[in-house]
Amino acid sequence: MISWFLLAEAPVSEGGLFDLDATLPLMAVQVVILTFILNKLFFQPVGRVVEEREGFVAISHKDAKEKLAQVQGLEQDLKLQLQQARQEAQAVIAEAEAEVDTLHKAALGEAKASAAKLREKDRAEIDGQRAEAREVLAVEARQLADLIVQRLATV
Amino acid sequence: MLLQTLLPLAEALPAPQSMAEETHGLEVGQHFYWHLGPLNLHGQIFLSSWILIGALLVMVIAGTRQMKRKPLGLQNLLEFLWDYIRNLSREQIGEAAYRDWMPFIGTLFLFIFFCNWGGALVPWRLVRLPSGELGAPTADINTTVAMALLVSLAYFYAGLSRKGLRYFEYYVEPTPIMLPFKIVEDFTKPLSLSFRLFGNILADELTVSVLVLLVPLFVPLPMMLLGLFTSAIQALIFATLAAYYIGEAVHEEHA
Repeated sequence: MISWFLLAEAPVSEGGLFDLDATLPLMAVQVVILTFILNKLFFQPVGRVVEEREGFVAISHKDAKEKLAQVQGLEQDLKLQLQQARQEAQAVIAEAEAEVDTLHKAALGEAKASAAKLREKDRAEIDGQRAEAREVLAVEARQLADLIVQRLATV
Repeated sequence: MLLQTLLPLAEALPAPQSMAEETHGLEVGQHFYWHLGPLNLHGQIFLSSWILIGALLVMVIAGTRQMKRKPLGLQNLLEFLWDYIRNLSREQIGEAAYRDWMPFIGTLFLFIFFCNWGGALVPWRLVRLPSGELGAPTADINTTVAMALLVSLAYFYAGLSRKGLRYFEYYVEPTPIMLPFKIVEDFTKPLSLSFRLFGNILADELTVSVLVLLVPLFVPLPMMLLGLFTSAIQALIFATLAAYYIGEAVHEEHA
């Protein structure tokens, strides 16, 4: 410290590392002026651009979020509609199946009924023919019996 | 180009008185004096600082001329610097007051950084001054003390303008026992700020020039790279500490 002050107070021509003189205040003034210049030329304009961009990004982000929410709402809607449609389709299919079933049953019943009727008719026919055949047989048997009796009588 | 145009200007100014003998290219503590009436100025400091400030302004003006939302080229660099300085001052000073002080902190950072790197990267030796030599303006004690005193003024002003006389509560917080230490701190802050920067840059320049004197080729390169690193770190340290002191002054204890 002591040598520093000695050097500072030494005659001008000496110079030295710790030679404090009017350079100091002028340099301070220069730095202050530089601060104002840089504030005008650098810090303010760049700050404006950066902050404007930050605002833009924030707004865009918000917009995008809103749009995303909208899209999600729409998707939900569509999903609901799709589900409804599926349910409706299932109902239609079930209805159709039931109809087919009833139709099938009706047709089956009809077919069975007609088959039974046919069988009944055929059976009746068969019975009739059998009775007829028996009668014929009975007549023929009587005739044969008569014939046998005659032959025996003649002998 | 700039150097050649500035040199006649330097020579046109009053001739230096000190003509200490050159010690084979290694000069310490020799200055290129200008005399303004009774005032003595270190001309080499002003010359090199004007050149470096010119370079800084050219970069800033070129980069901010056509700024777009989608940054291109130099605008990217400037925005990176701006963001870096904003983060630095916001972290140290706090959300409430950092906007007022960001230009000051940023100017300190950019000016010191340009001076340090300019001192190391610009081939100043090509210009011969009658006495002394051009170099990093931050290797001169006047420059660093000037900036350190500006920081002191800045944090006093910041504290007083924000809190009025309540600023002095800071000296007795958390206990009045701290009073002498805090008063001593007001002196040690500028002292340490200025001497740290001055010592680092001067030591770097001296080491490199001694190495260059001994082995002119390749050997000084690692030391030069280390010098670039410390130069950048010193600029950051100075700016960070300045911001920290201001932040300490505007800090509200009972916020």
